[in-house]
Amino acid sequence: METYYKPEDLPKFEEIGKEAPDLADKFFDYYGAVFCEGELTEREKSLIALAVAHTIQCPYCIDAFTQSCLEKGSNVAEMTEAIHVVTAIRGGASLVHGIQMRNIAEKLSM
Amino acid sequence: MDPAKSSEITNTGYGKESMAIEPFRQTLATHSLKLERDQTTTLQINMGLLCNQTCRHCHLDAGPGRKENMNSETADQIADYAKRCSFEVIDITGGAPELNHNLSGLIERFSSLAPRIMIRSNLSALNDGKRDHLFDLFKEYGMVIVASFPSLNQAQTESQRGTGVFSMSIAALKKLNKLGYGADGSDLELNLVSNPTGAFLPSSQSETEKRFRQVLSKKWGIVFNNLFTFANVPLGRFRDWLLKSGNLDKYIEKLSSGFNPCAVEGVMCRTMVSVSWDGYLYDCDFNLARGLPMGGRKIHVSEMAGPPESGSPIAVADHCYTCTAGTGFT
Repeated sequence: METYYKPEDLPKFEEIGKEAPDLADKFFDYYGAVFCEGELTEREKSLIALAVAHTIQCPYCIDAFTQSCLEKGSNVAEMTEAIHVVTAIRGGASLVHGIQMRNIAEKLSM
Repeated sequence: MDPAKSSEITNTGYGKESMAIEPFRQTLATHSLKLERDQTTTLQINMGLLCNQTCRHCHLDAGPGRKENMNSETADQIADYAKRCSFEVIDITGGAPELNHNLSGLIERFSSLAPRIMIRSNLSALNDGKRDHLFDLFKEYGMVIVASFPSLNQAQTESQRGTGVFSMSIAALKKLNKLGYGADGSDLELNLVSNPTGAFLPSSQSETEKRFRQVLSKKWGIVFNNLFTFANVPLGRFRDWLLKSGNLDKYIEKLSSGFNPCAVEGVMCRTMVSVSWDGYLYDCDFNLARGLPMGGRKIHVSEMAGPPESGSPIAVADHCYTCTAGTGFT
């Protein structure tokens, strides 16, 4: 079935540099540096990336960072908890806007 | 795949179900590398394929139903061979070597033949309640214990090694710690081995060791000396699982694309000779699993006057990509 998302497109990511190589180089250098061990371990960074990938619902990122998390020693229970963290933030972000709703409703209501 | 490239590709031995990859031998030639034996310092002994576990990553297809188990005549011939050579390390593996009745006698004989004697244990065979004398024997002879402990997570561990193995492993490690294994200032060395619990490569050894040390100590009060992370070799039961789960092509591609020419110099087969339960010699345990004898013909340990010669070629096949991917497998 035809689909906009094809797994074989993921390894072609670097082709994005063909029309704007300087910008792509800067991006990929930055990207590589971000995921190196720093104050956070590479394993922790992969867990964050996996969680964010679910928030932005990017199938390429979910594929890449599921593998990365496993290769860096995380287990599925940890990965699932990480997804719950962003789900809570995402849901909470919607819910907390309910206060705006209440403020406006209160102002308009008798 | 590039059609021009595919014409150069030979049968990889992984079967028709697998994608073709550049043969390992050809990759070595492309990098102007030769895989030859160095001075042999380690004698690895495979006591047999009998095992109490049926691990899904096992390259030897070991398990409770296997009949291949070293007899006392072969054990004597191997001990005589170790006497003829001066090995620095004797490395005992299986299957589960604890299940072989000749183990105690071999350890006693080896103790004066090499300064470092290692035993690879799955922990559950050692701590099954029927072999408590082995704990004392290992301690008495200062055996280095290399224990399988793939993951800090019970589900991951048991998906690879079987139900109940996680708690049995924790109990065995605690018992070894109690004997002094892994403790600060103790000569009794306890090392852990973590193999990935699926079709992915192992994590960084130093980072994993740090995390295992922290979690094992905090949760169970367990200490150990070193942790090694090793990739799984696509042979035996692990290969069957890769095939069945549809992961074989990608896994092998991952291993071959991770080829690191610098890792070739440090691979274990350069300094090791591996002897099977029936006394035949191989360059490593993976070649034993694959049926690739040392020097291309079956040589029995009783025929060997000394260690294999430096400079002699090592038998290679495509599973060798496992040991040359990334930082390598030593």
